[in-house]
Amino acid sequence: MFIVKYRKIFFTLSAITITLSFYAMAVKGFNASIDFAGGSIMEVSYEKRPDGETLKASLDKAGFEGAHIQMAGESEVMLKTKALSETDRQALVSALSLDGTLKMEEKRLNSIGPTVGKELRNNAWKAIVLVILGIVLFVAYAFRKVSEPISSWKYGAITTVTLLHDIIVPAGVFVWLGKEVDTLFVVALLSIMGVSVHDTIVVFDRIRENLKHKISNDFATTVGKSLQQTFTRSINTSLTVMLVLATLFFFGPASTKDFSLILWIGIFIGTYSSVFIASPLLVVVEKWQNKA
Amino acid sequence: MWKTRIGALLLLIIGAGIGYFIYASEPALHSGKTVYGQGFAEKFPFKLGLDLSGGVQLVYQADVSSIKPEEVKDAMASLRDVVERRINLFGVSEPVVQIEEKGGITGPVEERLIVELPGITDVKKAVEMIGQTPKLEFMEERSTAELEKYNKAIEKFKADQAAGKPLNISAELLAGPYQPTELNGRFLERAVLEFDQTTRAPIISLVFNEQGSELFAKLTKENIGKPIAIFLDRELGNSEPISAPVVREAITGGKAQITGKFTTIEARTLVGRLNSGALPVDKLELVSTQTISAPLGAKALNAGIWAGVWGLLIVAGFLIVWYRLPGFVATVALLIYVVLMLTLFKFFHITLTAAGIAGFILSMGMAVDANILIFERTKEELRKGHGVHDAIIEGFARAWTSIRDSNISSIITAVILFWFGTSLIKGFALTFGLGVVISMFSAITLSRAFLFALPVKGHGAFVRFLFGSGFLKLK
Repeated sequence: MFIVKYRKIFFTLSAITITLSFYAMAVKGFNASIDFAGGSIMEVSYEKRPDGETLKASLDKAGFEGAHIQMAGESEVMLKTKALSETDRQALVSALSLDGTLKMEEKRLNSIGPTVGKELRNNAWKAIVLVILGIVLFVAYAFRKVSEPISSWKYGAITTVTLLHDIIVPAGVFVWLGKEVDTLFVVALLSIMGVSVHDTIVVFDRIRENLKHKISNDFATTVGKSLQQTFTRSINTSLTVMLVLATLFFFGPASTKDFSLILWIGIFIGTYSSVFIASPLLVVVEKWQNKA
Repeated sequence: MWKTRIGALLLLIIGAGIGYFIYASEPALHSGKTVYGQGFAEKFPFKLGLDLSGGVQLVYQADVSSIKPEEVKDAMASLRDVVERRINLFGVSEPVVQIEEKGGITGPVEERLIVELPGITDVKKAVEMIGQTPKLEFMEERSTAELEKYNKAIEKFKADQAAGKPLNISAELLAGPYQPTELNGRFLERAVLEFDQTTRAPIISLVFNEQGSELFAKLTKENIGKPIAIFLDRELGNSEPISAPVVREAITGGKAQITGKFTTIEARTLVGRLNSGALPVDKLELVSTQTISAPLGAKALNAGIWAGVWGLLIVAGFLIVWYRLPGFVATVALLIYVVLMLTLFKFFHITLTAAGIAGFILSMGMAVDANILIFERTKEELRKGHGVHDAIIEGFARAWTSIRDSNISSIITAVILFWFGTSLIKGFALTFGLGVVISMFSAITLSRAFLFALPVKGHGAFVRFLFGSGFLKLK
């Protein structure tokens, strides 16, 4: 199978994308949303929208310096500022309506205190670590009967490498695009892990079966053959999932647009990695063992 | 053969029945016309999250530092009741008031109260109604010695004042004539406004809870002939008691009456204040607010529904074009999967959020995966020259381990997400996890039953076309 044969090309490709992703994270940094950083976001709709300058002046006067004002649609304004208490909120509404002279409707408000933000951040990390652990343990368990030519925990370890690959790249792309990192972003990363491991397991399962039936004495050939057999399935499944995610992106609610985008990228990467990275890695590990 | 066909037909009928239930339960689906069974079906509406129905979510942090650790749970429970009672005055259709305990392992336990008010967008009023936290205290007179000191201090103060000397507030004066007792608003169950039957004068009845009754009995027993002062917001500077009735006898029934020189209106306000003063924690702090206007929520809901419909159509289109007859069967199974999931949402009152809908739509894509695995496997067996029936049996058997293992990993992810998540993530994890489980069932049970029931046999060219796929031609 060409994938196993030319694996170095794919490894290099992935190494480059991962490096670029880390570079993006280092240079641009994570643009933490209010979910994690604390703060508030308010969306208001005007009957007659004032211009940005007027709004800024009014907000500065009311003590909301540094508020980020963004015009949206024809009559809406999105505003980002510090976390609001009820008194703050009333002051903000009054400042936005230029002391009640403009007719305005508050459409959405999301205010998160700094402690809550910190807690969400911690939970996000905990969840990521736990999911990885859970999956690795499960894979090692599921493949426990496979010990020849490489042991089951190595399947687990390779799955982890693939998982990390699959979340680093989309995260890098997201950071590069300057998108906000919020709770849904973390959910998306975790879901990508779920789907990616799904793919990897299907290929590994085929390898497991082919090893049992001893279709070849050469491990590389067995892996190549298994990849070939699962190839259509991998592409078709990813295609359907990517199709539904595309409908979610184009037709779905505004709040899940970024979510579907990152999932889309992640599933693309996840499918790529289970075919072009995970299985060839098995071959590499086997070769190392033979040398040792 | 007939057995499998009858079984398949039965599954199809059940599926159609569930589909009809969903149809009847949503008036928008039959454009408001009356349909059979509507009355029953409508008893199970979808439960929409705030981001879809519009409304307010307030998260409060409760300060419980002065409450003994073992009593925190009770205090929080009664806080929930008090807040719930206040919200009910608001007339919200389905308010949610829940306690959330955070931390504990990595830091101090934080007690939170989450209040969700669907359909309400007046944050100001909501916050005012919940957030007033006047503190009610019952105090007794100080000991005679201390009282004497206080009286002396006050005399000195008055004398100084009269003489025009510089005023000096001594510690005794500041402390006041009363000292704190254990009894406070935490133990008050409620206050009620009543009227004296003969004089029609307003009376305020206080009802204590069990613990409060004991404390009150003890307090009154020890203070016969002396006043018990009731303070509201003493810490905020209200140094005068709202009332300081003199105890005539020990009161054991857990009920007390305050009579005084107040008008009906004053009494009514006082009862209101007492009831709200009965907040059982030290302080409630608003730590996060989320408001979504109803039109914005409706827009998100609409978008979610359409994304689901388009997703379903596209997946069905792909399945039928690529996998032909089995693809059609899988589409039928997918449809049943969708109505089954919707019914579960209804029956178990699963709150649907935008993220939840996303999870559901994603699970639709994943549900197809099991079918694709099976069909690809079946095709391989067909290529090996097996008959259609045998190929299907083999296909299912061989795809099973893949389906099982890959889905278990998805379930692990969903469970961890559910565990750690905020309500937003929980919504996603629940629909996604449930989706994975149900889709496993629909792919294995439904697709299998339908495929076996089909009247296809042998190796004919047409049959091979039906079971072929994509651009490949089976030889």
